[in-house]
Amino acid sequence: MRIYVPLDSAAKALGAQEVVAAVKAEALRRGLEVTVVRNGSRGMVWLEPLLEVDSAAGRMAFGPVGPGDVAGLFDAGFGAHAKALGPTEDLPWMKAQTRLTFARCGVIDPLSLEDYQAHGGLTGLRRALGMTPDAIVAEVTDSGLRGRGGAGFPTGIKWKTVAGATADRKYIVCNADEGDSGTFADRMIMEGDPFTLIEGMVIAGLGVGANTGFIYSRSEYPDANAVLADAIRLARAFGLLGASVLGLGPAFDIELRIGAGAYVCGEETALLNSLEGKRGVVRAKPPLPALEGFMGRPTVVNNVISLATVPVIFERGASFYRDFGLGRSRGTIPLQIAGNVRRGGLFETAFGMPLGTIVDDLAGGTATGRPVKAVQVGGPLGAYFPRALFDTPFGYEDYAQKGGLIGHAGIVVFDDSADMLAQARFAMEFCAIESCGKCTPCRIGAVRGVETVDRIARGDAAAIPLLADLCETMKAGSLCALGGFTPYPVMSALTHFPDDFHTSAKEAAE
Amino acid sequence: MTPGIADSAEQIGDILRAHDGLEGPLLPVLHAVQAAFGYIPGDALPVIAQHLNISRAEVHGVIGFYHDFREEPAGRHVLKLCRAEACQAMGADRVAAHARDALGIGWHQTTPDGAVTLEPVFCLGLCACAPAALVDGRVVGRVDEARVDALIAEVRL
Ligand SMILES: Cc1cc2nc3c(=O)[nH]c(=O)nc-3n(C[C@H](O)[C@H](O)[C@H](O)COP(=O)(O)O)c2cc1C
Ligand code: SF4
Ligand code: FES
Repeated sequence: MRIYVPLDSAAKALGAQEVVAAVKAEALRRGLEVTVVRNGSRGMVWLEPLLEVDSAAGRMAFGPVGPGDVAGLFDAGFGAHAKALGPTEDLPWMKAQTRLTFARCGVIDPLSLEDYQAHGGLTGLRRALGMTPDAIVAEVTDSGLRGRGGAGFPTGIKWKTVAGATADRKYIVCNADEGDSGTFADRMIMEGDPFTLIEGMVIAGLGVGANTGFIYSRSEYPDANAVLADAIRLARAFGLLGASVLGLGPAFDIELRIGAGAYVCGEETALLNSLEGKRGVVRAKPPLPALEGFMGRPTVVNNVISLATVPVIFERGASFYRDFGLGRSRGTIPLQIAGNVRRGGLFETAFGMPLGTIVDDLAGGTATGRPVKAVQVGGPLGAYFPRALFDTPFGYEDYAQKGGLIGHAGIVVFDDSADMLAQARFAMEFCAIESCGKCTPCRIGAVRGVETVDRIARGDAAAIPLLADLCETMKAGSLCALGGFTPYPVMSALTHFPDDFHTSAKEAAE
Repeated sequence: MTPGIADSAEQIGDILRAHDGLEGPLLPVLHAVQAAFGYIPGDALPVIAQHLNISRAEVHGVIGFYHDFREEPAGRHVLKLCRAEACQAMGADRVAAHARDALGIGWHQTTPDGAVTLEPVFCLGLCACAPAALVDGRVVGRVDEARVDALIAEVRL
């Protein structure tokens, strides 16, 4: 019997290790031959730990399973049971998705290259190995893939710049510094299907002529880092990485590097400084990292999901991928639904889904059962949207038009107990804590921002226009989006939830 | 328990040599030193600086820039509580206030018995099972007041 219990950190955080221990103990007690596979997560975090069992009808799901359920599940022969959910693939959350980047996540053993290949892994790379570098870059351009790290820059165009540069060495740097609150897609793919990221980086190397890759991950992700380190080791042993890619291509190897708790190091130039062993201070652009990146050499910096999506583009073809989506947002996006929600997790779908569908239908409203008040999309630099903007379709331009951004596609839901003044204050506080210190409007402005919000909280309405002015200064005078976009959460809170900025004044008067 | 200066110099030398050949080795070196000692001892700085051919001030500047690096030892256990938005939406502020009260310390402080250091963290990628915590590197989800009490009791044993 094969039993699957995810090694994903969210599953672990909800007790997966205890469930695995209980399964092994129970199997031993009953003298049953049981293989426990530690898969990635299917993304239904509210059902974690989600236990699955192979059956003639496919994988059967049970969840959320606690260690106390395990004996009963064995008694029931993993059939009828209060925690039985039926075939995993038939669950509404699974059926409604278009899983391209996450096709294997939760399905396979993340550290089995055999499993990986049985589910389409390396097909894209084998195709790329038969293509010229120009054709590889053109395929990515044709797919319409845009950077999933936040800025939405066309991936193919970035690769083309690096491919066209001449240098003794070029680099592929994977930005795995996923610091945005409400996001965990990078973590899930690194834990649940790390070879797809490795394969994507190898293809990038072939396309631009780079032989060295770095994955810059974060210290907040100890589990993901352990899986990645194992995956890199296995990829070397297999010959996917090393002196000649699969024995057919040029050399390519990957080194895993871990950050040290600085949000700004997710910004690509700060990341490069950090990789070089310096303070994670943002660099002025130009020069573009594509031309003068790591150690001053041409460097592709791409987000984990951008790179992990490359293999499926080569496996299924650029036009297959491009046919999903909306406007200039092509393909699929792994939505990460988080915060105060009944059903949280990862849901991969074509661009275009309205925010209201995500929040009301997929997430099923709030965990607390109270009305939804605000939704922050795109991490700590993203705007707070009220229900009035729930018709916004999920796309880069669509959010920009509404004064927001999709960022890394994190969606954080708040119920009506949220105090939007407190959220605005936090946005400024976060910017003050994480500022790299290079520009004054960010470094000093954010500190002033906290003070100004505090004045408003004390009932000083005259401070409201000051806050708006300060936001304008930060927007105009900041070198990067940390200082430049902190005004999004602040001003959206003020614009859409003005009552929260006036109540304290009223309370003070009362 | 504490290694002598000579021992630690030797250990730091080993760490440095193990990272020879890396491009931009300073962060991996600092992580390794901190893993070995629990913090970055002051007397490690000149050794690191000399080996990497950079100034001591530069090493110091890098250590100071990153939230992770400590110049003092932490408590025997480190409790990191997520303070970011998805966790806030599920009551992280309340839970953190409870943890500070229960431990009698503020952020970045260590209990007088040296048992627990409390640190803020901004997102553990556990935003769909918030509030989240990391206890000595072990992930914990849906942390409420009772869970905090249980975690504290557990590490204090
Ligand atoms: C403050 C700040 C933090 C960022 N954090 C991340 C991050 O954690 N991960 C990421 O991929 N991109 C992040 N970015 C965006 C990167 O600068 C860059 O655009 C991205 O890595 C490029 O890859 P992509 O084109 O594949 O998205 C951040 C940007 C800023 C300004
Ligand atoms: S905006 Fe802030 S984080 Fe960005 S470069 Fe300027 S000081 Fe650094
Ligand atoms: S916001 Fe707390 S884990 Fe992501």
